[in-house]
Amino acid sequence: MGDIFVVVEHRKGEVRDITYEMLFKAGQLCREYSHNLTAVILAGHDESFLDDIAPKADRGIVYEDESLKHFNGDLYRDILKGLIEEHRPFLTLAGHTSWGMDLGPALSAKTGYPLATDCVDILVENDRPVVIRQIFSGKVFSRVSFKESEGYLVSVRPGSFLPEDIEARKGEVIKNELPADLPVPRKNFVEFVDTAAGDVDISQADLLVSIGRGIGDEDNIEELKNLANTMGGTLSCSRPIVDKNWLPKYHQVGTSGKSVKPKVYLAFGISGAFQHVAGITAAGTVIAVNKDKKAPIFRVADYGVVDDLFNVVNALKEKLNA
Amino acid sequence: MNIVVCVKRVPLTQEVDLEIDGTGKDVKKDALAYVVNDWDNYAIEEAVLLQEKFGGTATAITIGTEDDEEVLRRALAVGADRAIRIDPGDLELDGFVISKLLAGVIKDLEYDLVLTGVQADDDNCGMVGIMLAEHLGLSHAAVVTGVEPEGDEATIKVELEGGMDEVSKIPFPALLSIQTGINEPRYVSIMGIRKAGKKELKVLEVADLNLTEDDLTPRTVVEEVFLPPETEGAEIIEGDASTVAEEIIRILTEKGVMV
Ligand SMILES: Cc1cc2nc3c(=O)[nH]c(=O)nc-3n(C[C@H](O)[C@H](O)[C@H](O)COP(=O)(O)OP(=O)(O)OC[C@H]3O[C@@H](n4cnc5c(N)ncnc54)[C@H](O)[C@@H]3O)c2cc1C
Ligand SMILES: Nc1ncnc2c1ncn2[C@@H]1O[C@H](COP(=O)(O)O)[C@@H](O)[C@H]1O
Repeated sequence: MGDIFVVVEHRKGEVRDITYEMLFKAGQLCREYSHNLTAVILAGHDESFLDDIAPKADRGIVYEDESLKHFNGDLYRDILKGLIEEHRPFLTLAGHTSWGMDLGPALSAKTGYPLATDCVDILVENDRPVVIRQIFSGKVFSRVSFKESEGYLVSVRPGSFLPEDIEARKGEVIKNELPADLPVPRKNFVEFVDTAAGDVDISQADLLVSIGRGIGDEDNIEELKNLANTMGGTLSCSRPIVDKNWLPKYHQVGTSGKSVKPKVYLAFGISGAFQHVAGITAAGTVIAVNKDKKAPIFRVADYGVVDDLFNVVNALKEKLNA
Repeated sequence: MNIVVCVKRVPLTQEVDLEIDGTGKDVKKDALAYVVNDWDNYAIEEAVLLQEKFGGTATAITIGTEDDEEVLRRALAVGADRAIRIDPGDLELDGFVISKLLAGVIKDLEYDLVLTGVQADDDNCGMVGIMLAEHLGLSHAAVVTGVEPEGDEATIKVELEGGMDEVSKIPFPALLSIQTGINEPRYVSIMGIRKAGKKELKVLEVADLNLTEDDLTPRTVVEEVFLPPETEGAEIIEGDASTVAEEIIRILTEKGVMV
């Protein structure tokens, strides 16, 4: 029997969904293998979410300091390293998120515990974790084991474990003092800036006509924009379209863009990377057009069309103008 | 400002019917076309932009076979000054071992900044950059969408979820994992290719790097790769484009989003 640690992720005083997803999965593993669930909270003073998180774990270990209000790679890594070396948890979970992508590898390098990133499932076989990951942007799955170690680190893909209800646990709260030998952080927070605001609010649209790298060329955007207009829909897109400056950022759907909830999401030439489809979980009906019948988007779409998108676009235009 | 940029050559897998190879631990790769990892393209461009603005050198490094030198030559053609390939021989590689090999080379170079991509398009790990930073003892940031050096520090933007960036300050030397969209990677020019031929491309063996056996032991092992089950997923609309269009219009009308 050992510990499973969940590193609580929060921003601007609010707990991020990934935290509940990890607590849910960790709770299942704890039940099955008689481990204890520890939520580790590094936060500023008087963060109100403590009362919410603690009862979802056997114990909450809390470090409170103004320097911990925002994620700081140096401080978070060193505090967690100390804590892990003290308690030797069997498994430590962090999110495969922007800050988890900084924390996970750093913690692994510092503790020597092996790390598997972006995992969509966690199993235990012969007293060791085994994880399921996706490679090639979701076209292939892989089952990964770890070199034997005292403890293991796993970063969890957001949206992989959808919590029904998280069972109540002991919820003991332990407030720890900051370690005395903490380094002076090198990277220092300045401010948050909003990058997604703009003229069009794709999150309010009932019909989104969404385009991805498959449209091939900037010149084709106009045509798709016209199609969206004719249909009374709004144009949105995947990340590469914004990266190339073909459309402004506020058109982007996905983890680093917007979450949308249209009644119908019509996707042209989008492969369906998790960072994209995470933005359409609340969409009503998803129709995907892609010439690759193995494109991951077909696994989340309700309807699929395996064809060159321009064939479909032209046929739609003909019918609609007729 | 001296910059090191880590680049990887990856197979293109869109529009390809991938098959599992005989070992069951990888996909068949012989028929695949290869490119520079998308994220690394942006990292190379950022290195060249900074080098052009602030002087110094840009060095591109890859771990790979002779075929993988293609990505180094591309980096040289768009403006990197020199390149290093580490030949892994028949070493088993995972993110940890790759980060140790890179650290083994970079520790002896002069640099202010090390750039990697956020993730490689094949293994999608997003791990090597920050592990490398820790081996080198560097300050670091992941998912970076802006870098503005000023004296011995830089103001950087880290991309967070939900359309938000975090602005912070970070001192040199630092490692940043670069996110797509940070710049607009330039195309390779004929001039560039000609110049690249004259630039240094050094090849190192693992034995040159002074690494321990532990450094060269993978921390994770791929036991098996498999294709997702075919049963789940979308109902495929069959027929010619005209039939498909009618069906799409029917669905849109039924859902009440089109009048
Ligand atoms: C930290 C992080 C955050 C990210 N955030 C986001 C995000 O918010 N949103 C987002 O979208 N991505 C995001 N990404 C990027 C994501 O991982 C993928 O790279 C991206 O979603 C791919 O976009 P795509 O599907 O348009 O392009 P590709 O993956 O290149 O897919 C193009 C598709 O078009 C198809 N195609 C090509 N030509 C045609 C044609 N003529 N007709 C029909 N189909 C065709 C191909 O078969 C392929 O499936 C993020 C990545 C990271 C690391
Ligand atoms: N074989 C390699 N050679 C050089 N750089 C690499 C290699 N593998 C990964 N990297 C770097 O590490 C980044 C992240 O890769 P990964 O952690 O594998 O997703 C890539 O974008 C590259 O910059």
